[in-house]
Amino acid sequence: MKVPVSIRGLSKKFGLFEALKDINLDIAPGEFVTLLGPSGSGKTTLLQVLAGFVTPTSGSILVAGEELLTRPPHQREIGLVFQNYALFPHMNVFENVAYPLKLRRLSRSEIETRVRGALDMVRLSQFIDRPVDKLSGGQKQRVALARAIVFEPRILLMDESLSALDKKLREQMQIELRHLHERLHTTTVFVTHDQREALTMSDRIAVINNGALIQFDTPRAIYDRPRTRFVADFVGETTFLPVELGSGGASVFGTPLRLPDHAGASTANPRESWLALRPEKLAIGPAAGPEAEVNSFSAVARETIFQGDSLLVIAGFPDGQNIAVRVVPQEANRGLVPTPGQPIHINVHRNDSILVSGDV
Amino acid sequence: MTSVIAAVPPASSDASYFARAERREAWSFALLAVPGLVVIGLLLIVPVGWLFVLSFIGKDGGVSLENYARLAQPVYVITFVTTFQIAGIVTLGSILLGYPVAYLLSQLSPRAAAICMIFVILPFWTSVLVRTYAWLVLLQRRGLINSWLVSLGIINEPIPLVNNFIGTTIGMLHVLLPFMILPLYSSMKTIDTDYLKAASSCGASPMRAFWDVFFPLSRPGLFAGTVLVFILSLGFYLTPALLGGGRVSMWSMQIATNVSTYSNWGAASALGVLLLVVTIAILAALNKVFRVDKLYGGR
Repeated sequence: MKVPVSIRGLSKKFGLFEALKDINLDIAPGEFVTLLGPSGSGKTTLLQVLAGFVTPTSGSILVAGEELLTRPPHQREIGLVFQNYALFPHMNVFENVAYPLKLRRLSRSEIETRVRGALDMVRLSQFIDRPVDKLSGGQKQRVALARAIVFEPRILLMDESLSALDKKLREQMQIELRHLHERLHTTTVFVTHDQREALTMSDRIAVINNGALIQFDTPRAIYDRPRTRFVADFVGETTFLPVELGSGGASVFGTPLRLPDHAGASTANPRESWLALRPEKLAIGPAAGPEAEVNSFSAVARETIFQGDSLLVIAGFPDGQNIAVRVVPQEANRGLVPTPGQPIHINVHRNDSILVSGDV
Repeated sequence: MTSVIAAVPPASSDASYFARAERREAWSFALLAVPGLVVIGLLLIVPVGWLFVLSFIGKDGGVSLENYARLAQPVYVITFVTTFQIAGIVTLGSILLGYPVAYLLSQLSPRAAAICMIFVILPFWTSVLVRTYAWLVLLQRRGLINSWLVSLGIINEPIPLVNNFIGTTIGMLHVLLPFMILPLYSSMKTIDTDYLKAASSCGASPMRAFWDVFFPLSRPGLFAGTVLVFILSLGFYLTPALLGGGRVSMWSMQIATNVSTYSNWGAASALGVLLLVVTIAILAALNKVFRVDKLYGGR
């Protein structure tokens, strides 16, 4: 089932604390949207409002054009996957997955078929008669997922659903969830504080901070064209350099900046502006000539950190600020790794030079 | 006490040293339990064993079953039935009254729950005797309850609320209710509210979610409370003796009469042994019904 979800002017106050501030979000039918934000940002509150466990102070949520907020939670037809799985401990795998179907008074044979189908989809059919406490974390997560999709809900909500799993399993489940979504195309809202998870899984990411929606965009746009310093900082490792805005354009440390053609919007009229630089977009090399499409900064190498799949070169600017440059540790790059104290040039293509505003 | 493990083993390759240290540690733990085991042994097993022996000794001092044969007399049969009737009604009543209270307590904020809990525990700080006499004052012919009912015009004549089955039941229910509420509360506290949210997202109305998820998960507490209240009721003495007014004969009262009036220790012992055996049988049966062993062992 594919339904659009339209969140309009949604606010929630707990006393004086504004957990959600005028959230507007339009989710396309069948879209996989991730709510990304630090803990306490309001992303879980938004999910709880969608599920019906928290009543908003004001606003509206339209699902396929119909108001969702006036329906009690059990009539919303929303599948929910919890962080701690919340599998019923007194039921086995089959009974857990069959529960939503039993409530819908389906025939015994119909329930049997659909439970098997759902368990097949999460590759867990051989565990159908297991008590849930005899399952591993990843298996529990799959059962919880099967229980949430078995009744073909209109919307699937996942609340930090993978964060209890270890790293390897989590990354495997991310891909599996993505594939499952490609098969079912249920409109999905996924909540996480893990930027990498959000970038891997989503069609679009809604970055939330302090109860407000900061940016709603595709993973690529969120990563490559963050609008604010907060977004840039939250979705990836970033060094921020102060930008002076003058009549002649933007400059850093007195050097004029070469910027991408689309940079206009963020330099429009911000109170303050920053150049956001990602370690993997930077290169150590000779100073660029005046006609090159590259910004070049001189710095002094401080130390090199070995991280297995990459080397992180930390360099210092004259004003004392540090910057990290990622170098792929392959034989060809051996000559690029500076010794501490060595003066270097750090180059970045103008299209990788991102200007962000200082607002959150 | 000497230290259990020496700082440095004599030789690091000496495997038997570690084995000995481990054994010594196990023994020192066992030693700590000795005082408790002695107390239990002396105060529980010895007297019960002695009762058991006494119950098989006849009037002439020889081994005999006459004490048990007497239990078939109508007076004992009636007492037996009455005792179980009262225990059953009190247990059922405490479930019906206690379950909602425990549920409310488990849903309140910790602060509000602590305040309400005082009212549940408060009766524990008053002696049973005082509470029982208080009920006598409330329930008697010219007591508060009867005079209110009459003045409100609900009844014309005072109704007998005390010195009978009703009074006994009310009094016992009051004394035993906390024994139902406390274990129920503690087991309800462990039920994660996410289970109910999960049920709700599956499409269960609040009522369905309660019966399908909350109630089954509260069974361990319900079992503990039921067992406590039922077994305490079976042996209750003071409250039925005072509020029953001599018209309600409980098993414990028969035991008392046999000892204090007739000095017949053999008969009293036989009554005690039978009560113990029946109690154990009931425990086993309840365990089957609630399948608590499964619930506990499963996690």
